[in-house]
Amino acid sequence: MWNWIQRFSSPKHFYSMSAPLINVFAISALLIGIYGLYLGLFVAPTDYQQGESYRIIFIHVPAAWMSLFIYMVMAISSGIGIIWQIRLADMVAAASAPIGASFAFLALVTGALWGKPMWGAYWVWDARLTSELILLFLYLGYMALQSAIDDQRSADKASGLLAIVGVVNIPIIHYSVEWWNTLHQGATVAKFDKPSMHIDMLIPLMLMALAFKLFYGALVLVRTRNEALYRDRNRRWVRELIEKL
Amino acid sequence: MLKAYYHLLLRDLRLALRNRHELANPLIFFVLVVTLFPLAVTPTPDVLQAMAPGVIWVSALLAVLLSLDRLFKQDYDDGSLDQLMLSPNPLMILVLAKVSAHWLLTGLPLVIIAPLLGLFMSLPTEAVSALIYSLLLGTPVLSLVGAIGVSLTVAVNRGGVLLSLIILPLYIPILIFGANAVDVASDGLPVTGQLLFLGAVLALALSLAPLATAVALRITASR
Repeated sequence: MWNWIQRFSSPKHFYSMSAPLINVFAISALLIGIYGLYLGLFVAPTDYQQGESYRIIFIHVPAAWMSLFIYMVMAISSGIGIIWQIRLADMVAAASAPIGASFAFLALVTGALWGKPMWGAYWVWDARLTSELILLFLYLGYMALQSAIDDQRSADKASGLLAIVGVVNIPIIHYSVEWWNTLHQGATVAKFDKPSMHIDMLIPLMLMALAFKLFYGALVLVRTRNEALYRDRNRRWVRELIEKL
Repeated sequence: MLKAYYHLLLRDLRLALRNRHELANPLIFFVLVVTLFPLAVTPTPDVLQAMAPGVIWVSALLAVLLSLDRLFKQDYDDGSLDQLMLSPNPLMILVLAKVSAHWLLTGLPLVIIAPLLGLFMSLPTEAVSALIYSLLLGTPVLSLVGAIGVSLTVAVNRGGVLLSLIILPLYIPILIFGANAVDVASDGLPVTGQLLFLGAVLALALSLAPLATAVALRITASR
């Protein structure tokens, strides 16, 4: 079992296995994304209160979900990298950080664009906006630490530990900000009873969330492959790849 | 184990007391930053009172942040940190001793001088006691969480800005509840909830932060 994991997670093996997966993820993300956007922008009914501008949620909400999801991925794979010394896990964490930061940024920008017509201001110090902003700062701190340490292995471990500390802190930050000030509308999807959202809006939202996940899958594979090539640039398997070109 | 804690604590305190001028620096910084605000904004007592909790808490945060450097820097440079890690005592306990010393040398003086700053910012008397309690519960967390950050960045050249970048987001809950406690108290409302939250965060940080710091120190040392 252990040997199998070791072999399976070697950068070389990963590099050769992941190539076809990228296309699978990217094409399905594109198809589902286009269908989801079509349903969201043209088929879903107009909101009785917010009019047409609510339609930005089909980008905004999946981006916000992804920003949290990717942080979890980062922390979990950092943990795997620190505990079991699996290099591939460290690479995944390092490759995920800029993607997660971009999603957090996207969520903030789309939220600001939506906030102007709805709340009358691009930015308000509302709890969820603030915690999203703090999440972006956590990503930036991770990336700064990662790039400040020259030795790759200790850079991975140090920033990985920071990601894990961040995960412990995220709920505390979230709730303290929540109690501090809230203006944002309450959760409409993740309630335990029926979602307080029309099914014609919910389906495109879920499709978009799936498309974003697949898009992340494709991106993280590409970035992890690059990371593997770069970090193993002096190893034989990369040399052999180059010679084949 | 307790003996190791006690001796390391005494060693750090003694080292700091031999260097008295450095000891006062964070404290002077704290007072200085708070003094800037009436000059920059307005000396009107009402306005000052409204922003006092935030100003004092942010200044305390920055003062602790600037002083974090001395937690491990000197020991790292002269190699005694490596010696500590080689000792048979659990590193967690040693970290806890160093953090306790750091808090006694920076956090506690901030708490003691805080009433004076409350006076500067024309805080009402009820709010001053809330300020003291909230700082008393909050500043140890700042030292504990800060220790994680310093141990990750101590080997980085010019790690100061980097340290604030990774640590300040983690300080936000403390800032919110600390400043809110003072704010609520100046309106004459009870602050038990805020203080209990700060206490809970302190308990959590006290149990987990030394562990994370110990891991971080080992990562730094393995370089």
